[in-house]
Amino acid sequence: MTIPTPSQTVGPFFGFALPFEGDAHAVPPGSDGAVRIEGQVFDGAGEPVPDAIVEISDGDQFARCGTDREGAFHFTVRQTPHFDVLVFARGLLRHLATRLYLPEANLDGDSLLQMVEPERRHTLIASASEGGLRFDIHLQGDHETVFIQL
Amino acid sequence: MTDLDFEPPYLFPDYRATQMRAPRHELVRLPDEWFHQRRGPAFGRVPVSPGDADLTRQHRGEPLGERIILTGRVLDSDGRPVRHTLVEVWQANAAGRYVDPADTHPAPLDPNFTGAGRCLTDDAGVYRFVTVKPGAYPWRNHPNAWRPAHVHFSLFGPQLASRLVTQMYFPGDPLIPFDPILNSIADARGRDLLVARFDPETTEPEWALAYRWDVVLRGRDATPSES
Ligand SMILES: [Fe+2]
Repeated sequence: MTIPTPSQTVGPFFGFALPFEGDAHAVPPGSDGAVRIEGQVFDGAGEPVPDAIVEISDGDQFARCGTDREGAFHFTVRQTPHFDVLVFARGLLRHLATRLYLPEANLDGDSLLQMVEPERRHTLIASASEGGLRFDIHLQGDHETVFIQL
Repeated sequence: MTDLDFEPPYLFPDYRATQMRAPRHELVRLPDEWFHQRRGPAFGRVPVSPGDADLTRQHRGEPLGERIILTGRVLDSDGRPVRHTLVEVWQANAAGRYVDPADTHPAPLDPNFTGAGRCLTDDAGVYRFVTVKPGAYPWRNHPNAWRPAHVHFSLFGPQLASRLVTQMYFPGDPLIPFDPILNSIADARGRDLLVARFDPETTEPEWALAYRWDVVLRGRDATPSES
């Protein structure tokens, strides 16, 4: 029996269980090479998603952040060209996966971006903002983020 | 990888919250080594202490409810044990109420029960929790909607594709046929994978009933080097 166990939604009530102290900081804020990434999760109506939890990882870096009432999350990570991002939420029967590229990354000929329609590539690239980077996640709608088939 | 796949769809209208949250574009298909086989999240910063696996000992007194042992093996897609991987669980109390402030169900909180636990699998891929059986609780998805009793599970595993968040159900629960979340999995064989088995052998006389539930994660331990 090696059929993968199916996924089920994280539901709305994970807030007392999945967060942990310092969860959003893969590296200490202010440490060498650290950058703050913040964003919001939106649904198909453009409404913030207040019951999502976002995970970001790359190699030995891992951070997790539940969204607040504005759907906002934030991370502190050490800069690297791109990160893997997973999104869990009430209403997502299975999590969504995407990739976050830093704006200054050399994206010419990036093999993943080449597989995405040019007009949607920008959804994978963080933008410079005050105090760090911004990366919004649109689950659905006109600005829908490019998600990776799991 | 296996041929059989019982994952639920993103859009399942009977579970209303999927309607505005399921992506409508086709997801981009990548070669496995670009994403799926990348190393899974390094969860080492998540604090896990031995006491975290016993949800009945986190307060001054014992929680109300039916004490249970919840155990099983975590396997990879080759059927090999996934060792020392993080397992997180959370659940409602025996009355069907979460301590989460977002839960407004008018059932009592239990001052002796939080309902959150963590452990690492052992050398054989085995996890084991002691807890109480959670109660069913209402939700507003449709008139008179009630979730069957369940325990939420979060697992990591060796690769990015191994990451799994799911729910474990109890055998014989009369609410199961009515639950759109479980029934989003079209094939009964897939739904059965989420139902634990009563385990008389692990049940401890005069102390606790036991339920056994094994988990199979995607991916395998020998992570190929990245290009
Ligand atoms: Fe639940």
